[in-house]
Amino acid sequence: MEVAFYLSALVAVAATFRVITSTHPVHALLYLIVSLIGVAMVFFALGAPFAGALEIIVYAGAIMVLFVFVVMMLNLGESAVEQERAWLAPTLWRGPAVLAGVLLLVMLVTLVGGDFDGIISGETLTAKMVGITLFGPYMVVVELAAMLLLAALVAASHLGRSDAQGEADLARERQRERAEVTASRNTAPVPEETPLTDGAEQPTGRGGSA
Amino acid sequence: MSWWTPQVEATLFAMFQAVVILLAVVLAGALLSMFERRLLALWQDRHGPNRVGPLGLFQIVADMLKIFFKEDWIPPFADRTFFVLAPGIAMASLLLSFMVIPITPGWGIADLNIGILFFFAMAGINVYAVLFAGWASSNKYALLGALRASAQTLSYEVFMGLALMGIVAMTGSFNMRDIVNAQEGFWNVIPQFFGFCTFVVAAIAVTHRHPFDQPEAEQELADGYHVEYSGMKWGMFFVGEYVGIVLVSALLVTLFFGGWHGPLLPPIVWFLLKTGFFVLLFVLLRAALPRPRYDKVMSFGWKVCLPLTLINLLVTGAVILLIDPAA
Repeated sequence: MEVAFYLSALVAVAATFRVITSTHPVHALLYLIVSLIGVAMVFFALGAPFAGALEIIVYAGAIMVLFVFVVMMLNLGESAVEQERAWLAPTLWRGPAVLAGVLLLVMLVTLVGGDFDGIISGETLTAKMVGITLFGPYMVVVELAAMLLLAALVAASHLGRSDAQGEADLARERQRERAEVTASRNTAPVPEETPLTDGAEQPTGRGGSA
Repeated sequence: MSWWTPQVEATLFAMFQAVVILLAVVLAGALLSMFERRLLALWQDRHGPNRVGPLGLFQIVADMLKIFFKEDWIPPFADRTFFVLAPGIAMASLLLSFMVIPITPGWGIADLNIGILFFFAMAGINVYAVLFAGWASSNKYALLGALRASAQTLSYEVFMGLALMGIVAMTGSFNMRDIVNAQEGFWNVIPQFFGFCTFVVAAIAVTHRHPFDQPEAEQELADGYHVEYSGMKWGMFFVGEYVGIVLVSALLVTLFFGGWHGPLLPPIVWFLLKTGFFVLLFVLLRAALPRPRYDKVMSFGWKVCLPLTLINLLVTGAVILLIDPAA
């Protein structure tokens, strides 16, 4: 299994590197998908097939699809590639790269110096063991995560609702304002009044039909 | 003959099995394109393709020759990498899913203990075929088809997974072979009837079959995501769709209808008969049903099927705990 681990880890690292250096957004996303599948393979090689399968189903199969979906909708052309190229100028990434390199060095030294042998073993974790661990010692974390997701769901549903009631209220308010304005100007009518009301009416009409 | 050890024999037999299953599936997919046209004609009171060979049986040969010899055209405005990659993903992800399906007690390619999850993973990867094909074609119709496809597939994959969790809870395993063995004499379709209904709907939607063929929708999208494809690349999408039908039929048989179990006849015959029945059912659905509007498809998925699967899962869990609190 060690060969499988190192090969898929290498693929994941190389693909992630290409995600950063690639200037074409959709090509970068393809590398990100490959990288996630590489990480899933690492899980398989480490004897955690359940985590590996979930990695592909959740990340590669659902979240990345939404990423690709959004990037496809943006219709990014040559200008986006140019912008990416400008952002990848060496002056911009030199500093963070050196700092990250220091961190990598520290980690490598710790790994080589410490006694971490026996991590890649043939032992396979089953879905049942994962479930027992999740709903045993990590019960509180799972419940908190569930509440967080529920809050996110409620927020998303609030942001995305068609807002029929709110729109109607807004329209009524605008109408009243307009009526007040007309009433106050009734004593001295101005010729610009008609186009002004037209302009104010248009957004409410569109909002009502949407 | 010192190298002819039992291990070598087992390896060779496994490879032989894999090749036979692969060929059978691809052939079934290709032949199905012809059988479907004949069956649709039968049910719609038409003749269908009946000229080439006896009963029109050689129509498939003519079709395949035509597909192979057509010019393999890549539009100059297309993104080459993605344009070539998409049909490969479409075909490969579906064919790989057959890996986890146990055909008979002795036949089957891989005995993974995450069997169902492997199918879900492959179904998740399959979305990219349509998405990449639609985007790489640089065509408005193709892009619209791809957008519809990804939204539809994502929505329906959510409860496709949940629909099967009732079975997993009952069997106590993701392994397909365990699930078939647990159904001896008592098929899962009886206790998991709502799971079965929602899984059928989700399976048709994920393979973009009629009446859920929104991504293709000939009348409004001019064939959707594969409008720019020709020759064998288009053929791979085409055969891939039929491979998808065979796959979901085989899955329905394995998960809900007892797999190879059945009286009198040998296991392989039962498996093929049951799978054939569901393939016929999918063709009949195409012959009988009109295509609903796109927003109706989406709201049906989220507002009817998803709550139904959740209730089903909840009731299944409660019943399992009621019968056997220790498990």
